[in-house]
Amino acid sequence: MVASPSLSVRDARIVFGDRVVAGGLTFDFPGGRTTCLLGRSGVGKTSLLRWLAGLLPGSGRMQPTAYMAQRDLLLPWLDILDNVLLGYRLRGDAAALKAAAPRARTLLAEVGLGDRAGDRPETLSAGMRQRAALARTLCEDRPTVLMDEPFAHLDAVTRLELQDLATRLLAGRTVVLVTHDPLEALRMGHQVRVLSGSPFAVGPAIEPPGAVPRDPTDPVLLGLQGRLIAELRSAP
Amino acid sequence: MRPLITVVGLLLAWEALTWATGVPVYILPPPSRVAVALVERFDLLIEQAAWTAAEMVLGLALGLVLGAMLAVVFAASAGWRRWALPLVIISQAIPVIAIAPLLVLWLGYGMASKVAMAALVIFFPVVSALYDGLRRTDPGWIDLAQTMDASPQAMLLQIRFPAALPAFASGARIAAAVAPIGAVIGEWVGASAGLGFLMTQSLARGQTPLAFAALVLLCLLGLALYHATDWAARRLVPWQSPQGE
Repeated sequence: MVASPSLSVRDARIVFGDRVVAGGLTFDFPGGRTTCLLGRSGVGKTSLLRWLAGLLPGSGRMQPTAYMAQRDLLLPWLDILDNVLLGYRLRGDAAALKAAAPRARTLLAEVGLGDRAGDRPETLSAGMRQRAALARTLCEDRPTVLMDEPFAHLDAVTRLELQDLATRLLAGRTVVLVTHDPLEALRMGHQVRVLSGSPFAVGPAIEPPGAVPRDPTDPVLLGLQGRLIAELRSAP
Repeated sequence: MRPLITVVGLLLAWEALTWATGVPVYILPPPSRVAVALVERFDLLIEQAAWTAAEMVLGLALGLVLGAMLAVVFAASAGWRRWALPLVIISQAIPVIAIAPLLVLWLGYGMASKVAMAALVIFFPVVSALYDGLRRTDPGWIDLAQTMDASPQAMLLQIRFPAALPAFASGARIAAAVAPIGAVIGEWVGASAGLGFLMTQSLARGQTPLAFAALVLLCLLGLALYHATDWAARRLVPWQSPQGE
């Protein structure tokens, strides 16, 4: 894959309703790496992600991005394969759709759903549905991927498995993942930044040692987790 | 099974009541006389029932198609919505029964005025159900489609319309329940065929058992129309049906 470009935010002002979520925001997401944004509920993580995705008024999307939300957002009237190909269906380019179909099948196999391509979403478990959503996100094949607490609704073990899977499949892309789970941020992020305050400020980059996905039982990681929790609790 | 026992019990009570009170047959015929009328005049009844069934089905189809088209236009265009939606709402303040004689005047005593009547009765529930469904698309789906660069047309046809199908199915069920009312009102005001027409004719001639027999068939037609629509609605939104049904 061609190296994914970095994502730069310059003097951004993010407004949600009447509330200023952030003003004068300037920082960079390094290209081809995963940056995890950690913050408590309501700090404005989702607003920032929506702003980056070009979904908020006044936010120009800087480059093509794929977006993965908390909920799987699978369309119940399409089977799993067509859900994975949703972007191509919506853009209405028949040739591109046809060309993308084999890749969609490969991705489904990689997330362990190779034999469920023709099934409807309601027949899948929550973990399987989120894996299908991951395949859909990757099928878009965009250099930048934005993820909004994508594993928040899963049980602890499924969450760990999906973190491993996503880290492997997202390698090489510029990923911004927001989460309120310090361990998730430390396992998946090349870089972790804490968001705090209102309007929020972005903390300095924390770069845990070792390659991603990191071992959740590593004492260094657990020590960092304790520090992050303390930082989050003391945040205004 | 239970509804059947209830119906049989009520019929027996009705039969007993007419024998006990000696009420004249032209006021309240016992079920046995209605059954006799059903059998003896079966050819006439079936012929009229086929006519009324055609009115109901055509009226339902016309109302569903026109209502769905208008709802999609409202969802797609703010201009149309601003100009035409108030008119549609105001039109609902006019009692449909009051328009029935006008429809017969304009469209004649034949089938057209009844089809128009049935379509008119169901038009508003259909527009309102589908338009509501089109407005209440899951915002998550809209966001997702936007990040995938969906055109407004693709957004409407591939996301909002299928997402509104469950609401449309509810509207269609209501429509199937009220479409027979429109058709029968049309027949009462002025017609030359149909079960409603047969009822007014036979009541005027004191053939009350025949009128009741027509009523039984009307009831069966209404039930058949509702269940056929319900079946089709389930096929339309299979993801909404509970598993194993």
